[in-house]
Amino acid sequence: MVIVGGGIIGCSVAFELAKRGRRDVLVIEQGYLTSGATGRCGAGIRQQWGSVLNAALAVESTQIFENLEEHTGYEGDCGLNQGGYLLVAYTQKEWEQFQRNLDVQHSVGVDSYAVDLEGIKGIVPHINTDGMLGACFCAKDGHADPFHCTYAYARGAQRMGVDIETYTQVLGFEVDGGRISSVKTDKGNVGANVVLNCAGNRAAQMAALVGDELPIAPERHQILITEPVAHIMSPMVMSFHRHFYVQQTPHGSVIMGIGDPSEPVGCNVRSSWQFLEHCAWLVTQTLPAFRNLRVVRQWAGSYDMSPDRNPIISEAGGAEGFFTIAGFSGHGFMVAPRTAILVANHLTGLEDSLDIKRFSASRYKEGELLLEPSVV
Amino acid sequence: MENRDSETIVCRCEDVTREMILACIADGYETLDEIKRVTRAGMGPCQGRTCRQLIAAELSRHYGVSMEEVLMTTFRPPAKPISLGVLADAYASENG
Repeated sequence: MVIVGGGIIGCSVAFELAKRGRRDVLVIEQGYLTSGATGRCGAGIRQQWGSVLNAALAVESTQIFENLEEHTGYEGDCGLNQGGYLLVAYTQKEWEQFQRNLDVQHSVGVDSYAVDLEGIKGIVPHINTDGMLGACFCAKDGHADPFHCTYAYARGAQRMGVDIETYTQVLGFEVDGGRISSVKTDKGNVGANVVLNCAGNRAAQMAALVGDELPIAPERHQILITEPVAHIMSPMVMSFHRHFYVQQTPHGSVIMGIGDPSEPVGCNVRSSWQFLEHCAWLVTQTLPAFRNLRVVRQWAGSYDMSPDRNPIISEAGGAEGFFTIAGFSGHGFMVAPRTAILVANHLTGLEDSLDIKRFSASRYKEGELLLEPSVV
Repeated sequence: MENRDSETIVCRCEDVTREMILACIADGYETLDEIKRVTRAGMGPCQGRTCRQLIAAELSRHYGVSMEEVLMTTFRPPAKPISLGVLADAYASENG
């Protein structure tokens, strides 16, 4: 079995497969582990979703993040910090949507609740509440270190016999009698009767090599980080209406990003000064206390966007055994632990409480979209 | 000679010692990018101006490759730290 992609998805799936006895697994990564979207992500872990499926995936994933070192046998620290997510509402429509989302969240056990302006000030005293109607808060949301989490899964998988080849390029696949038979790389061919395409923003490119057309497109998202300062803010503060998120890490630095609705499709992951200025303006409107913080670094990563902004977990029509697990649209890291279990259960013939078919790419033809109202 | 690796600072911004760098290499990490992400070396305000070369030298020694062959990390903007207030005011003046 070959897994293409050494990000959080590829490594967590490799680990869960090995745990279920599938140890003839090779992970192929074109750079180093986490060199794609995982190592560039905002690292947030959020359970406050607006659809049952996402909320369920996130709740169970968070429970695994809470014990990831033990789960994987990792000696390092995965850096989980649960300071909560404060989702602020700036429009009436958003505020009403939040009330409906709370019902969805409570149905799967998310400990979230609504707060008024005074309540917001109680959570982040220096926030500017002008224009806000209220907010939702979940204290168990937070973030973790994407590098250590990925390495935790990778090291655990390797201990059980999984091989990982970094700096190896996948060039193509061979299909024999309608079934995947081998993977061509720049270091030679590898026989495989199952291939898992976990290539993130290149997943559509990989799938095209076996004639499978998938609606996954790369989209640049930029992010910046400041110098470390004393702790003044615990939760991630996020606005869907103003398209920003901002959080102070345990290290003390403040990390923030914005979604740009005009960002074109493409693999560009370069930084722009326009982002630097726009993000600084947007975030300091809400959090003026951060005006004196100095930016030390900015970078960009690529979301693997699907039409309904939810993952595609699908077997290719023309190549049996070729599965794509991609299209997470910017929230792959936070749902990876549970998604990996879902995929591994499916591939090893085990039952699962979640229905993997809901993630099939056929949903776009059948009109059964996984609509999610709450994304930045 | 006495081993001073545990008190030899390689990355001054993030307090990363030579001992930590050597432990990473012994652990199998092969590139500057990986060591940066695991230890935070090079993520401070100076953007790795000192430690990048020192870590590259350790990698070059351990793997027996020349310094030129050690892959460099991406040099990220801004070149020098700049406050959010200055940037926000620039945005406001450019966008009315």
